[in-house]
Amino acid sequence: MLKFLMKRALLSLITLAILSIFVFLGGQLLPGDVGRAVLGPLADARSVAAFNHQMGVDRALPIQYWDWISHFVTGDMGRSFSFRAPVAPFVADALINSLKLAALAFVLVVPLGIAGGVWAALRAGRWSDRSLVLLGQSLGIVPEFISSIVLILIFGVWLRWLPMSADWPEGAGALTQIRYLILPALPPVLIFFGYIARVARVGTIEALNADYTRTAILKGLPWSTVLRRHVLRNALLPTITVTASLIGYLVGGLVVVETLFHYRGMGGLIYSAAKAKDFPMLEAAVLTVGAVYALASLLADLLSSTLNPRIRSGRT
Amino acid sequence: MRSPALWVGLAILLFWIACALLGSRMTPLDPYADDLLATLAPPSMAHWFGTDQLWRDVLSRVIIGARDILIVAPLATALGSVLGTVLGLLIGYARGAADDIVSRVIEALQALPLVIVALMALAAVGTSNATVVLVIGFVFTPLIARTVRAATLNEVDLDYVAAARLRGDGALAIMFIEILPNVLPVALVEMTVRLGYAIFFVASLSFIGFGIQPPSADWGIAIAENYSLIGSYWWTVLFDAAATASLIIGVNLVADGLQGLFEL
Repeated sequence: MLKFLMKRALLSLITLAILSIFVFLGGQLLPGDVGRAVLGPLADARSVAAFNHQMGVDRALPIQYWDWISHFVTGDMGRSFSFRAPVAPFVADALINSLKLAALAFVLVVPLGIAGGVWAALRAGRWSDRSLVLLGQSLGIVPEFISSIVLILIFGVWLRWLPMSADWPEGAGALTQIRYLILPALPPVLIFFGYIARVARVGTIEALNADYTRTAILKGLPWSTVLRRHVLRNALLPTITVTASLIGYLVGGLVVVETLFHYRGMGGLIYSAAKAKDFPMLEAAVLTVGAVYALASLLADLLSSTLNPRIRSGRT
Repeated sequence: MRSPALWVGLAILLFWIACALLGSRMTPLDPYADDLLATLAPPSMAHWFGTDQLWRDVLSRVIIGARDILIVAPLATALGSVLGTVLGLLIGYARGAADDIVSRVIEALQALPLVIVALMALAAVGTSNATVVLVIGFVFTPLIARTVRAATLNEVDLDYVAAARLRGDGALAIMFIEILPNVLPVALVEMTVRLGYAIFFVASLSFIGFGIQPPSADWGIAIAENYSLIGSYWWTVLFDAAATASLIIGVNLVADGLQGLFEL
């Protein structure tokens, strides 16, 4: 078990290292002349050079990378171009906000998706099964800004049930915050409902057709016990792996939703940093999202290996 | 035909392509002209979809709004598909170390939501239709490569590949003359699925100002421009939103239909 975990953790670290190189190149190499990109085409050549020197982007790339990553792992994420202040506190605040929104979307979509998938699997091939699959598929391909607008029109404008932006008043309690977050949490729920339902549905159908399920029924166990102990336990393993990749997206990928609802999470931070060409902020935020994703998939592996001993021993 | 979904999808897609190609001749009114008597007018006989805050006819703008997204998204998909298919064939055929390294890099990139990879790249190189095509094309390349690689791995051990090797065919000839035709259906379906995502993506990027740029009548831009009016003037955003959704659903119906046709 420990060996399996160590191996998985090492793989995650390698992934993150590769990712950090990409992120670094994206922020330092891609713009060509960083100072020129930040200050614009009209800026004086001397001020561009001075900017580059002050920010240390005129040094050799490997030195810059080492300087950046060695500070990054200690929590020093560099200084923002726009705010002339350390990046880390901005990223930390945004991460907390994103985790709140992600948690709400997560607790809504995962049970709904699993319930939908299992429900469809028990009716596999019937009309109700096919319509649920089709519904999930169609909702999953509509961009968040479209579903957001429809949701805002219905619940914010016409019914006036929910606030239209996520900007809650200063010092609002947890319940008020949740009320403000329901509308922004719904677009990703709509996107991922079909995805989770599909995976849960396939897993359930496989488990329903498995020999152990037939044996359990034939030896006379009540249907609810068969469903709980034999079908669901096996059916939900693939779903766990899938929900992990969801966390990375919910924490960092809600750029459009957070911009639309004026929410200061990671997506909103990445958007405004990209707009301002604030590359240190952008690099720090993007790499943090990568780290959250790596951590989430590590947790998912841990969870699946606890539920299924065959995974950790390598025999499948 | 057996698949009504494919035909419905094709019909929607062809409708929007016609709008994109013939847009300026199909619009009932000039999409850029202002009607000073009708600011933010609700849908009426004169303006079926109403007018926007610059007095322009919304219906006409929805029709020509199809043009830019139907240029940018397919070009990006084509770029990603060509690069991804070549890369997938190469690593699937070579296997071994090259495959391991490229697969690990692809995995690392997949740790990030595509939209933030695209935002970072566009912030660095600047936003224009050309850079959006390049960035989305490159972002899609590893995804398509992964699918084509898996399909290639299923082919390399088959007899016809061994026969071609014995015949003395070069590696490139085997990859592109022998294997490519057999993985083409997979690549084609993947390409249609990606086209749906590319439209999703370009529309979202345009909405947040990192995609197609004004003065285009693009739907994403129109929604962003009129979004603040949503409380009282819903027609300025709802029709553009419905147009975007219908185009994406149309492309996905085609992808589903093709998948059924090739029995994948």
